[in-house]
Amino acid sequence: MGYYLLIDFGSTFTKLTAVDLDKGEIVATASHFTTVATDIRDGYRNALIALYNQLGREIKFTRTIGCSSASGGLKMAAIGLVQELTVEAARRVCLGAGAKVDLVFAHHLTKRDLQAITDGKIDIILLAGGADGGNTESAIFNATRLGEAKIKIPIVFAGNKSCQDEIEAIFQRYGMNGHICENVMPKINVLNIKSAREKIREIFLKQIIEAKGIKKIEAEIDQVILPTPEAVLQAAELLSRGYLDEKGLGDIVLTDIGGATTDMYSICNATNRSDVIFHGLDEPFAKRTVEGDLGMRYSAPGIIKSLTKEEIIKLNQAKNIDIEREVDYRYRHVDMVPTNPHDYHVDQLLAEMCVYKAMQRHVGRIEEVLTPMGIVYNQFGKDLSAANYVIGTGGVLIKSHDPMGILHQTTNIKRIPGELRPLNPGYLLDEDYILAAMGLLSQTEPLLALRLMKRHLKPL
Amino acid sequence: MKAIVIGVIGADVHAVGNKIIEYTLANAGYNVVNIGVLSSQEDFINAAIETDAKLILVSSLYGHGELDCRGMREKCIEAGIGDILLYVGGNIVVGKQDFTEVKERFLQMGFNRVYPPGTPIEKALGDIKTDLGE
Ligand code: B12
Repeated sequence: MGYYLLIDFGSTFTKLTAVDLDKGEIVATASHFTTVATDIRDGYRNALIALYNQLGREIKFTRTIGCSSASGGLKMAAIGLVQELTVEAARRVCLGAGAKVDLVFAHHLTKRDLQAITDGKIDIILLAGGADGGNTESAIFNATRLGEAKIKIPIVFAGNKSCQDEIEAIFQRYGMNGHICENVMPKINVLNIKSAREKIREIFLKQIIEAKGIKKIEAEIDQVILPTPEAVLQAAELLSRGYLDEKGLGDIVLTDIGGATTDMYSICNATNRSDVIFHGLDEPFAKRTVEGDLGMRYSAPGIIKSLTKEEIIKLNQAKNIDIEREVDYRYRHVDMVPTNPHDYHVDQLLAEMCVYKAMQRHVGRIEEVLTPMGIVYNQFGKDLSAANYVIGTGGVLIKSHDPMGILHQTTNIKRIPGELRPLNPGYLLDEDYILAAMGLLSQTEPLLALRLMKRHLKPL
Repeated sequence: MKAIVIGVIGADVHAVGNKIIEYTLANAGYNVVNIGVLSSQEDFINAAIETDAKLILVSSLYGHGELDCRGMREKCIEAGIGDILLYVGGNIVVGKQDFTEVKERFLQMGFNRVYPPGTPIEKALGDIKTDLGE
């Protein structure tokens, strides 16, 4: 058994968690700045020294595995046919695979779209379109366009099965880095995640981490095995479902507020009610959404972008701040750490706004339709009202003096009728920052990972 | 296998006929894409695009069919499937209106075939075969 070392190569920090398998305990955690721009091994070694210092000795690890979101994480473009169908299916698969979906395209790709893909430094393209046996024209057109544009980054085709052969021929003709897998939407409104997600992970591990200079680390550790958000998603799913006799927490929501994005996860069925009619594409049981315009530093400007001038004035008066100046400062100083009550106050406010909005985009809604027979309920998206817990992770939450105030924003505080936000959840904080590490541990030791999460997540 | 999109339009929850239509058309050898009850025009059109369907068969049982179907042809044209066949049937309007007039109004709206109340789906099968060329 011995010791496992679990490493999360984050965009800012490389975080280490050492687990004693015999005692079933986390024995130490440590971190250091990620140094992927120079040599990723430097930051890792420094973090390791810090870890040994904490332990007061060096230990030998029987297994050292990592996940990574360093160097921009995994950036994907999702292409489909109809916005609400294959485009959305493709987007959800990318997000579930731990990617950030920077570009989303419907119908035929244009020259501008192709330029955006080239300019956007996209790592992998997911090309969908057409239910099985359905439309082939769009996927064939788009694959050809990508070929003509000499796009050499990996392209995963996960569209209509009926044109797999044609697409493969196009991949060959243009010498593309093409991969074929199952359709993300084989039938209308049916979401098929697994095949494409595994293909994406495989490409991430074989090609992307190499290209980003992360692979070097494998000279010193066993392997990088997952993109970080996927590790977190797996941890959350385990925590929700439980394992063998160890009970899970049931329906949960998890939020991770970072400098550049706010991620929202929900682990539950789309609905448990029998009196609603569910509309639209299947919802994944373990769902992740990422808001690239909501974050504490790089993406801080996005938080106030949707506010009108009037709303900004009101907000400034109510909170006694100059929100535009604060946001601008944080955007220019992404490594800013709050040091005084004022900074904390502003960070708290920004985090609350991130979470409120990210949840608004993640959560489903219900509409009452009046018919001659009375009311019928139409549901779109996931119903989170029965969530048992809302869990918070990420630096701003951990440092906040009032993490509960931030997490509370996931619930329906503004009482917007129809929003299916958590109604009366408990709140937990990932104080020791272990969720990604537990996702890694769960690959081989799910029971221990589950127990450690239950032990370390702090009730608020 | 040719795809046909079926469903019940608007705020209409009559589900039984919809299942029978699915069963009948599937037995006749079609790829039936059933989007179910309470479906919007957009749901029908989106499904037709992704499945490359040649026919959308709209059911309306509760009497508001005329309101629910208005503008559907125009939306198909916008969505790039302007040539798709549109059928409608069930109890498409309230009460006992003169059906020749009703039919004329739906034809004006761009529907290709309009069926009076009480037309079982088997009766339309011949038309489907003619129109889809089988
Ligand atoms: C069961 C029923 C209900 C149930 C439905 C349960 C369910 N979830 O399915 C409930 C109680 C919910 C209900 C509610 C209402 N109902 Co109701 N209901 C019926 C009833 C008794 C039977 C329907 C049925 O299942 N028939 C059996 C199936 C197999 O037949 P079908 O639905 O007609 O479908 C066949 C054909 O129409 C045809 N077809 C259908 N679509 C198409 C399309 C094409 C292109 C073609 C070729 C053929 C075709 O093929 C189908 C299969 O053979 C009918 C009366 C009747 N006897 O038809 C009234 C009836 C349909 N209801 C009616 C009404 C008014 C209502 C309500 C508005 C109010 C009310 N009084 O209750 C509400 C509306 C609710 C809503 N939002 O939709 C009226 C409609 C009147 C009109 N259009 O002029 C009817 C005709 C009763 C009547 N005579 O007044 N109803």
